[in-house]
Parts: sequence; structure tokens; C-alpha cells
Amino acid sequence: MSRPELTVLQSRNLRALVERVYARVPFYRRKFEEAGIQPSAITDIRDIIKLPFTTKDEMRGVYPYGLLASDMTDIVEIHTSSGTTGKPVVDAYTQKDIDIWSETMGRTLSMAGATAEDMVHNAYGYGLFTGGLGVHYGARRIGATVIPISGGNTRRQLTVMQDFGSTILACTPSYSLYMAEVAREEKIDFSRIKLRAGTFGAEPWSDQMRLEIEEKLHLKAYDIYGLTEIIGPGVSAECECQNRLHVFEDHFFPEIINPATGEPVADGEAGELVITTITKEGTPVIRYRTRDITFLDRSGCPCGRTAVRMNRLLGRTDDMLIIRGVNVFPSQIEEVLLRHDGIEPHYELHVERKDNLDSLEVHVEVSETLFSDEIKTIEKTERAIEKELREALLIHALVKLVEPKSIARSEGKAKRIIDKRKL
Amino acid sequence: MIIKQISVFLENRAGRLAKVAEELANSGINIRALTIADTSDFGILRMIVSNPDLAYQVLKKAGFTVRESGILAIEIADRQGLFLELMQLCDANGLNVEYTYSFVEQDSKKAILFLRFEDNDKASSIFHGKGYTLLTDEEMRRI
Repeated sequence: MSRPELTVLQSRNLRALVERVYARVPFYRRKFEEAGIQPSAITDIRDIIKLPFTTKDEMRGVYPYGLLASDMTDIVEIHTSSGTTGKPVVDAYTQKDIDIWSETMGRTLSMAGATAEDMVHNAYGYGLFTGGLGVHYGARRIGATVIPISGGNTRRQLTVMQDFGSTILACTPSYSLYMAEVAREEKIDFSRIKLRAGTFGAEPWSDQMRLEIEEKLHLKAYDIYGLTEIIGPGVSAECECQNRLHVFEDHFFPEIINPATGEPVADGEAGELVITTITKEGTPVIRYRTRDITFLDRSGCPCGRTAVRMNRLLGRTDDMLIIRGVNVFPSQIEEVLLRHDGIEPHYELHVERKDNLDSLEVHVEVSETLFSDEIKTIEKTERAIEKELREALLIHALVKLVEPKSIARSEGKAKRIIDKRKL
Repeated sequence: MIIKQISVFLENRAGRLAKVAEELANSGINIRALTIADTSDFGILRMIVSNPDLAYQVLKKAGFTVRESGILAIEIADRQGLFLELMQLCDANGLNVEYTYSFVEQDSKKAILFLRFEDNDKASSIFHGKGYTLLTDEEMRRI
């Protein structure tokens, strides 16, 4: 689809969406009225910046059905966010929403090279979490065979992979590395497993981690992106170029704003990703503030797809640590750590405030290659990493090597920050 | 003659040493000598054990970061002044001691010194040339 055609389509869908939520969702009508916006003021997709933002807290505030824009009889499925930090966000899907989701997840898998010939090993959790069924619908859409193994029981995952001949893996990036670790313990050689591609999402990761996953699991690793508040996975995904994620902008319109002021930033400039679900019927979201930090790239992609690309996540506005006034993203630290041989991608960031001064400690698991019998060698490694961290972050971080497996493993999203500051 | 020493990375946390001891005991491995080098954050436990290869496997399997490295085991009489003699010999030959530990055998009135050098091979040949008794893994096992 050409850009002018897409713009016409986006504009038409946005107008219809605004009219629909104004008429059917009191939550949005009130917000529009407070902002002094009439639906008639929105004629073009570029008018989107006139609309008020929607935040996660607001969505929680109208739990469970406050965002519903369809009749309950038309809702065919419900998912929610985990709710670990408060009330969950509810995503209610009409059949058309499920069709859109299947379509964008189908694209996600196709872009990683999956076809009807493939066996999709779906290790995302099935249930209220969107990951499992999202991948499931996408795999069904492209006619692939789906193995709905869900998360957990890693030894069984490895057995099934070998016995059934899984070719595409879908799970969180940290879980894939955990699988590699268990495989090593069980003396299972990943080069003998048929997997050739993996779609990894639901948590931020780095290019270094991609190299590590590709090497350990013998597959091509693709970054995928999505969130329950929007639809689940299937908002954007990498193509075969593995260089930034094409946003499915015919359904999910992306903007980047300055998180402090709410003003749009220029293309290429990092800021908070904001998404509007311009085609969704069940629980549409207007200008949702994702709290994910990235930037948009409108340059042509060698794959030929014209959809705008977003960079892999640089961090979260709420994961972003402000240490001694400097913005620090865990992804920056991860990049430095993974440059070192013998460092496992298992780390924890401990932030404390001592005598009114923030301190950052990076705990890293020591591996056999890194472990020397001599203290001076270990300390030299610690100092070398500290020096590189200082260059990357512009602040001093204390590096502490810890015993292998002393950092908690996760089969879902890795928790890497322990902030003990009492502000 | 260079014998096998087992080194284990330990965090400064309660219970870690007990865990090492438990793993070794369960596998029937006897600890001949040990020392801990500690810093504020971590320690390195160094041990001479009855079966170093098995100890390495067992500890690795239990999730420890462990290493086998070489060290000299020199047997001397448990008498005043002999350690001084040894150190003077090192000094005269430009041998730099990285670390050392020891134990005394009550029955034979002998002491065994474990010495780690920057260049273990060079040290070994110098001591050998001077007539010192350097123990082998096999001899350590029999003590």
C-alpha cells in the first residue's frame, strides 16, 4: 500500500473510531469534553495530536468494562494484563478484533520466515496473558502447525522440541536463554534441534543478547513487540533484515512524544511510544502512553515493506533509573556486560541511597571462563567492566561478581532492578 | 612436581562453605588442607583434597564456579628456620610467591607447605635441584 493510500485509510479509521468512542464510551466522551474536543474536529490522521492521551492508570480506573465500545454479546474473548502492579487492564475482543490480531500475528511470524510448513513451538503462557493465544492465532492464520506447550516445565519443552521437530520458537528472550542453560545441563545439543527462527518479545532485550541467543540456540532471533493494552503481541515485528520493527500501522498508529511535556518529537529522536488502535472494536484505546522508549525510522527498509519502523526498545519510562540525575537504562548496562567473554546475561541492578548519594551496584554471575584462582585477576575484570560502564553511562557503577545461579531466573519477564532508595 | 588444587568462588554469604563441605563429604572426599582468600565481596576457597578430579565434578554439578589449578607441595621437617631457608631460596632465584598455606603432620614431625608461584614449573625444578621433596598427587592421597 502506498503512503498516500495508507494515510487516507488511517484518517478514515481514526474518524470512525473517534465517533464510535464518543458515542459509546462515557470514559472517552468525558475526556474529549474536558479537552474541549468535538469528534468533528478530527478529519485527518494528523489531527490525532489534538486528542487527549490515555494512561495505564486511567485504564485501571475503569476496570473491568469501562473501555468497552461494543455490546457484550459481540465480545468473543477477554484477556488481561498480569495485574502484578495493581488492577489489571482488560482487553475485550470482538470477532473482528480477533481477526485483526490473527492477521498481525500472522505477519509477525511470516516476517520471521514462518510458513504453513512450520511447526510453531509456542512457549508463551496460555490464559489471560495475551502472549500464548496471540502467537496461537497467528500460527493458525498462516496455516502453520502450532504446539501449544505454554510456559514452564523446561525439560519437557526440550523433549517436545526434539520429538516433534519444532522449527519456530516463540517465548520471552530470557526464557530462551534459560532453555539453553537447561539444555546444556541435560547435554542436549541445540544444533541438533530443528529450530531455525524464534520470535522473542514481552520484555526489552539487546542486540548483544540476540547474538547470544542465536549462538546458543542455533536460530535466527527476531524481536517482536506488543502489549495487552493495545491488543497483545502483534503491534510491530522485525522482518528478515532484523533491523528495527515494522509497526502494523494500518491498525496501530504510532507516535513518539517527549514523556515530560507530551509534545511530539522529530522522527529519529527517542521518546515515549504512543499508540492508537484505529481499527479495534471491543476496547479501543486512544493515544495510549506505552511508557516504552524508542524512536521511529521512516527510511526505506531493504525488505521493501513501507510500514514505519520502530527501534528495539531503549527502555521504559518507568524502568529508567535516574541515578545522580543521569538517565540510566538497563539495556545500556546489558550491552556492556555481554561484550565480555564469560559473562552470563544474568544480572541485577541494585540501587541504593547512601548519605544522600545514589549508588549503583551491578551484580553479575561469574562463569568458569571468567573465574580465576587469583583475586587480582577477578578484581581486574571487575574494574574493566566498571570502566566500560562509566563510559557508557557517564556514572560510576560498582561491579560485583556473584555465584552462578544466585540471581533469580524467570520463566516470564526478568526482574532486574532492585531499587532500595527511599525517596 | 605440581599437584592439583581446587579453587571455588564463594560469595560472602552464610552457609556457602557448609554447602561445599556437604558436597565433598557426600562424595567421600577428604579435605587435606584449605585456605580462604577473602575480599569484601567474595572469597576464593582453595583446597587440597583426596580426589581433586571428583571434587571438581561434584562441585561443578552443585552449581559452584570451580577451577583446578596447579600448586607445589613441599615436604620439610617441622623445625624452626626451615621456612626461612625456603624463602631465601625463592628470593635468591627471583621466585615470586603468589600465596602459601601449610599443615603439620604430628606423627612424622613433618610439615607440608603448599606454594603457588607465578611460574610453578620454574620453581619446581629449582626446588627439585636443591633436593627438596616435592609431593605428587598420589603421595598427597596417601597421607
